Amino acid sequence: MFQVLKQKEMDLKGFDMSNNIILRVEDLHKVYGALEVLKGVTFSLSKGESKVIIGPSGTGKSTLLRCINRLTQPSSGRVWLDDVEVTDHKANINQIRASIGMVFQDFNLFSHLQILDNVRIGPMKVKGMSKEEATKLAMEELANVGLADKVKAYPAELSGGQQQRASIARALAMNPKLILFDEPTSALDPELIGEVLTVMINLAKDGMTMLVVSHEMGFARSVADEIIFLENGVILEEGPPNQLFLHPKHNRTAEFLHKITELYGETVK
Amino acid sequence: MGLLNLIWSSFPALLRGTVVTLELTLAFLSLGLIIGISLALSRVYGGQVLAKLASGFEQIFRGIPALVLLFLFYFGAAEFGINLSVVTAAILAMGLRSSAYQSQIFRGAIQSISSGQMMAARALGMNLYKAARYIILPQALRFSIAPWSNEYAGVLKDTSLCYAIGVVELMRQGRYIVARTFGHSLLIYILIAVIYFILVYIGLKGLRLLEIRLHVPGFETKRNGLERI
Amino acid sequence: MSLVFSWGWLPLLGKGALVTFELTVLSISIGLFLGILLSLGRVYGNKPVYLLSSFYVQVFRGTPLLTQLFILYFGLPSVGIMLPPFLAAVIGMGLNSGAYQAEYFRGSIQTIRGGQMVAARALGMSQWQAIKYIILPQALRLAIPSWSNELIYLLKYSSIAYMIQVPELMFEGRVIASQTFRTFEVFLVVALMYLAVVIVLSQLLGALERRFKIPGLGRSGRILT
Repeated sequence: MFQVLKQKEMDLKGFDMSNNIILRVEDLHKVYGALEVLKGVTFSLSKGESKVIIGPSGTGKSTLLRCINRLTQPSSGRVWLDDVEVTDHKANINQIRASIGMVFQDFNLFSHLQILDNVRIGPMKVKGMSKEEATKLAMEELANVGLADKVKAYPAELSGGQQQRASIARALAMNPKLILFDEPTSALDPELIGEVLTVMINLAKDGMTMLVVSHEMGFARSVADEIIFLENGVILEEGPPNQLFLHPKHNRTAEFLHKITELYGETVK
Repeated sequence: MGLLNLIWSSFPALLRGTVVTLELTLAFLSLGLIIGISLALSRVYGGQVLAKLASGFEQIFRGIPALVLLFLFYFGAAEFGINLSVVTAAILAMGLRSSAYQSQIFRGAIQSISSGQMMAARALGMNLYKAARYIILPQALRFSIAPWSNEYAGVLKDTSLCYAIGVVELMRQGRYIVARTFGHSLLIYILIAVIYFILVYIGLKGLRLLEIRLHVPGFETKRNGLERI
Repeated sequence: MSLVFSWGWLPLLGKGALVTFELTVLSISIGLFLGILLSLGRVYGNKPVYLLSSFYVQVFRGTPLLTQLFILYFGLPSVGIMLPPFLAAVIGMGLNSGAYQAEYFRGSIQTIRGGQMVAARALGMSQWQAIKYIILPQALRLAIPSWSNELIYLLKYSSIAYMIQVPELMFEGRVIASQTFRTFEVFLVVALMYLAVVIVLSQLLGALERRFKIPGLGRSGRILT
């Protein structure tokens, strides 16, 4: 499997990323009552790119992710997925969501369904795939995240790390254009974080487009193309990990990076 | 006439009554189930107007005694020039009444499911209907079996009230037998009580088995058995 | 068709409502007394007491109230016991409600931590003293939400007493209907009277529940009408 990944990684380097923008977020605002959580966020994501969003808690990171597939309705601003405007109210939002994977902090696997059913229910009920086809696909995705022997288990019977890997498989089975990760390791015991990060790192190397809210700097340093530092609802600084770590433009960025590296360490070297 | 003989000769009539009682129970519960689920979904996911309407409907049907509802539907239909058989009137009155109670059960169950389940379903691209049907309801209905068995027992016992508008169910068959065989009313009514008891008991056992059969790890439901049945 | 109502119905309906009220109050009181005894029997009783009270509760919960009333009113005369309608209804509803109340109280007694009983006995209280001064005061408070439900249920189910000739609200409605042939309108008024009382009562009981709430004891229950 890793051989294949390497090959794909090399293929990817041939692309000119700037012309392959998949996601564009423009001047996004989100207001809750008197509280403005997002105050005009603009960035884009190219095919095969991984970006990590970091920032203090309550700074709108999760809100930002949810505005992208409109699980939360943005107050103003625009989001495009390829050439489809997500924020257009006439757009078929369910169709758009089907092509944006999402991985949650607390997994949110469907509690009444076995792991196999969790992964194939999307392809079957949303995309109308046949049961045989969906099963085959789900088995492949589960094997990819190392859960081939757990397909008959119910979520409650799995460890947190296994549940999170299953939920990544669930997202992958939809063959998404990009995957949003909302603090995928925050709810995990420290010893379970590694197995989830490994899956994510492999995904990134495999060329998956990923937008990740996480403070796991191990992931950021090893595969992220850029880190976005979000504070008080605006992007304070954005750039490749090395640039942010070694030559941050703002003191706040340096302070924050220092703090989280100290707090979380680096699980994956 | 000997007592055993009396019981033996009443048997066919009591059996007919029992069948009607069971049919009524099934009809009330089915109508109540369909409308109850719709009401619960309206209250949780419907807009403000729909939720208000559903809640008003529930309040009315839970606040009026079953007997009064039966009279209203039976005589009300005639008043408005609609020709309803007693059984149809009974099914409407008692089915709608049960829907108001069942809605409470389902609403509680839906609200006990973590909001992340709905979010994950919508994130996969399911519309509200699909998310409710494939993700929320299968879980909510499992949680509902225990409180729903109380509703089953309650509805079964309340079928006896249809006697009042002339449905020939178990109680009325009993009344006929009493009228035929003067002097044995106590025995006949106790016999009927025993039949009801057995029907309630079997149904509750069946539902308990269903609950065990549908059990999924992580769905440890609490049953306190305190609701009025 | 047009609906016809008359103020002239009100005195008779009022008379019926009064009987409904008496019926409810008397039977909930009998049920309260019986329910406490039965619940104690089920929690603290020895084997025979436990079995007997469990049997009672199951039988009365497992059969329709109407059947129970018929046994009392139409059945007992066949062995020479004649009860007047109102008495038969009060006894029937009281016995019936006792079974339900027993379950509410049992539930709330069992949610009280075992430590309370142990602490009371450690003070030197007898079991009966512990139940009386420590357990029941807590259990009864905890049972207020379900007890309120029971009161409202009983109020509504008292309409069944009409079937054994008790001149309560439903019965008087029937009387007016047979004189005026305005059955639907009369029962619409009767329905609204029940509805109004049920709604007011559940508000009042909700207030009562909040009033008697003790910090840290149980959680606030919700009232279902």
